[in-house]
Amino acid sequence: MDANFFPQTAELLRFLPEIILTIAGTLLLLMEGFKKDGDSRSLIATLAAVAIGLAMYGTVVAYDNPGLAFSNMLVSDGFAAFFRLVALGVGLLTVLCSSSYLQRERSHSGEFYVLLLFSLAGQCLMAAANELMMVFIGLEVSSIASYILAGYLRDDKRGNESALKYFLLGSFATAFLLYGVAWVYGMTGSTNLLEIRAAMEKGVPSMTMVSAAAGLMLVGLAFKISAAPFQVWAPDVYQGAPAPVAGFLSAGPKAVAFAVLIRVFQTAFEPIAARWEPVLWVMALLTMMIGNFSALWQSNIKRMLGYSSIAHAGYVLVAVTTHSTTGTAAAMFYLAAYGLMNYGAFAIVTHVAGKGEGKVTLDDLKGLSQKEPAVAALLTVFLLSLIGVPLTAGFFGKFYIFKAAMDSHLVWLTALGLLNSAVAAYYYLRVLVVMYMHDPETTEHVTAIPGGLKLTMWVTAAATLVLGIFPGLVLDFAAKFAALNK
Amino acid sequence: MNLLDFLIAAPLVGFLFTLVLPKENKGLIKMFTLVFSLAVFAASLLLIGPALERPSAMTWVTDAPWIASPAIRYHVGMDGVSLWLVLLSTFLTPISILLSWKYIDHRVKEFFAFLLLLEFGLIGVFVALDLFLFYVFWEVCLVPMYFLIGIWGHDRRIYAAVKFFLYTMAGSVLMLVAILYIYGKAGTFDYPAILLMLETGKLAFTHMEETLLFLAFFLAFAIKVPLFPLHTWLPDAHVEAPTAGSVMLAAVMLKMGTYGLLRFCLPMFPVASKENANWIAVLAITGIIYGALVALVQPNMKKLVAYSSVSHLGFVVLGLFSGNQWGLDGAVYVMLAHGISTGALFMLVGFLYERQHSLDIKDYGGVATPAPWLSTVFLVTTLASIGMPLLNNFIGEYLVLQGAAKINIWWAVFAATGVILSACYMLWMYQRTFYGETPESVKHHVHDLGAREWACILPLLALMIWMGVFAQTFLPSIGASNKTILDRTQPTRNELRVALPAAASTEVANHGR
Repeated sequence: MDANFFPQTAELLRFLPEIILTIAGTLLLLMEGFKKDGDSRSLIATLAAVAIGLAMYGTVVAYDNPGLAFSNMLVSDGFAAFFRLVALGVGLLTVLCSSSYLQRERSHSGEFYVLLLFSLAGQCLMAAANELMMVFIGLEVSSIASYILAGYLRDDKRGNESALKYFLLGSFATAFLLYGVAWVYGMTGSTNLLEIRAAMEKGVPSMTMVSAAAGLMLVGLAFKISAAPFQVWAPDVYQGAPAPVAGFLSAGPKAVAFAVLIRVFQTAFEPIAARWEPVLWVMALLTMMIGNFSALWQSNIKRMLGYSSIAHAGYVLVAVTTHSTTGTAAAMFYLAAYGLMNYGAFAIVTHVAGKGEGKVTLDDLKGLSQKEPAVAALLTVFLLSLIGVPLTAGFFGKFYIFKAAMDSHLVWLTALGLLNSAVAAYYYLRVLVVMYMHDPETTEHVTAIPGGLKLTMWVTAAATLVLGIFPGLVLDFAAKFAALNK
Repeated sequence: MNLLDFLIAAPLVGFLFTLVLPKENKGLIKMFTLVFSLAVFAASLLLIGPALERPSAMTWVTDAPWIASPAIRYHVGMDGVSLWLVLLSTFLTPISILLSWKYIDHRVKEFFAFLLLLEFGLIGVFVALDLFLFYVFWEVCLVPMYFLIGIWGHDRRIYAAVKFFLYTMAGSVLMLVAILYIYGKAGTFDYPAILLMLETGKLAFTHMEETLLFLAFFLAFAIKVPLFPLHTWLPDAHVEAPTAGSVMLAAVMLKMGTYGLLRFCLPMFPVASKENANWIAVLAITGIIYGALVALVQPNMKKLVAYSSVSHLGFVVLGLFSGNQWGLDGAVYVMLAHGISTGALFMLVGFLYERQHSLDIKDYGGVATPAPWLSTVFLVTTLASIGMPLLNNFIGEYLVLQGAAKINIWWAVFAATGVILSACYMLWMYQRTFYGETPESVKHHVHDLGAREWACILPLLALMIWMGVFAQTFLPSIGASNKTILDRTQPTRNELRVALPAAASTEVANHGR
């Protein structure tokens, strides 16, 4: 293939979100260096939000110019646009929540937003990667920024522990991924997803080696989506990271890691589907069980949400296991819905945790419904959605996943998965119990909710309910682009 | 948008509206929900006329697409059975509100809002004709009741509320699996369409499939009924729930389970229903006797009434699985009668509790002296509950026994002991509570019925007598609907289709001609 040093305009347009995010990130970094007063930091937060908004617009532009870019390294299709929007949406919510949070924790500085923008750039790249090297680069860009974000509160021991764990285990997992990429290249002579597939269909020296390579890559990706048995980091990291960051990590990077998993395994590795399907089957079940059963005993809300996020990754894995278009659409819907409801829950945790995140145990929520009825009601919406009660987004998410599983004749996985969701009801109900059925222990003054945080809570709750009544709004789009270009 | 759609939407609107009322103004909240639910009840009475014209078929049907893919429809309609159950829900909601007027003084807004949300779910369950829609309403009912028990209940309320939620949830997820499986085969959630496909042979289940699907549905419903041995959540939930919660739970929510059996299990899985009828009937009879025996030794009035519910609901299940017209009619009649009489019992026990702050029988005695009217009303309700002729339960239980006897005389014999036992436990409780020495505290605290309490109980009393004397008001429409259901379960046709290969069944069909 001829190297083309002057990319065409269309190619640049397909890359627009990443361009916008990178330029904005760099400019904001410079701005932070020159201005150090409090006002300019709020300005940086606003500008970061604007940049994310622009990147969303860029996503739409890229979506209107579908096709490959940069020697087939990137692909701009509906699937990529969907996950770019999910990641950017989560990023926007994070900006809204973080400004007041960082002020409260006296760590307000522009770098936070810059790191967030870089992380988002990496995530957008992952969503659109058509190439294993691009996957790796996107993953690294996104992860390295995330590691720093997790430990952003420098003086907080929990945050440091969280960041270090995340970094060490994360690097280890990425190494597996990279090793897998190298093997794939060795066996098929390419890192392009479609070429890998073509090479495998033509015949490769050893299918076993390719499968092993796919296995190595699966290890790396399973870490990112916190699938069992590579999930151990998740509760620790979510517990220790600043609450808005924990919400961000549980929603955005996870969604795009799933996007990569789906894209790589359903295009490049589709010829060996018969080999990875059983592995994913077991992984999905284990992930659901470990997540749900461990969450039962947690008394720290952030940690509980950490385990719950493992369980939800298990549900999405069920959808991936189906290896079908409906399954992919269900996974897409679920990840969007999960981003909304889980971020909403973390936004509320951000608020109730108070200064220094001192109040994050279940007992601290006692009588919340009487102290702050609106907050309690919103958290109820999120929790009911996480349980999967009808008329919430979470219900339709589960519904589509298990319907897809039934269509693919995964009856046992469906039954076990749904029983798992009944188990999960228990620990979410515990939160409802303390909020509504206990009286408040203290009568301290209720702090006002900052505007950005309030907006996040209400928007996510409204979206959770709207998607619970009109799931078609998102599902139709997902279903249209769930069939990947093979 | 016809009257039924309006009725489904109205409680939800009322719920949302109640939420925005100022929470300090308790009087306004109570008054608003009461007037609102009364208006809903009045409107629901208008359903009767057209629904009775052709009770064998669905009336007030609305069929509109809700979600394109998978094809989920907002398909509702009512036949003779749904009609009375909907009326039961709309009738008891204002009464429950009035009942809680004084008792609930803490977090008033949420309480009355949840009652309206519950009404929304209940009406929906009884009229949904799309399996998916049914499931949605089924789950919607769970949430308000969970809060009603958990927030306003007695000491062990949290345990009871969580147990209630998890039991129901565990059953209903299996039902969801079954619903999805049916969708996979039929390509639709639309219930009449599925029945039509089954009838025309476009959709057929293998024997194994039918059995498993039946069991999945059955389990969900049996937990809700509750059928012995899945009943353990019920006494906890009832004892801990506030009075209005107990009334709604016993009178209407338990009927969701039996309604589900009647509406979905019997027509969709006729062969499995037939084959499994024996052990189910045995469980039902065990429930009748076991519930009655346990009720006999309860020191706690509310628990006693709760176990009597287990016993009465056993009759319903027995009637349903007798698989004949008498049994089905009787079962539906017991559903309605139990709703009225047990609702009234819980209400009266609640009145006693509000006076004496105790549910233990031993804390009472000689109540008849300070409160003669309360005692009289309680006696009538007690007699209704034990199946006294000319009162409501008698008709239903009699029909069930007759239906059961037609299948197996021993079923009827054993079930009938339940009737005798019910007289024992109820009258013994009545005797210990209302007769004998009047303790000082009872003299002090227990006064006779007030105007508000009369307003709550009188409509129920009137219905007990009406249903006992003029059963023909209800039976023809119930019978017509049940006949439609029974026609579908005609064993010959379906058994042949399942048992014989396709070629052979056409042969039989030709031969039949």
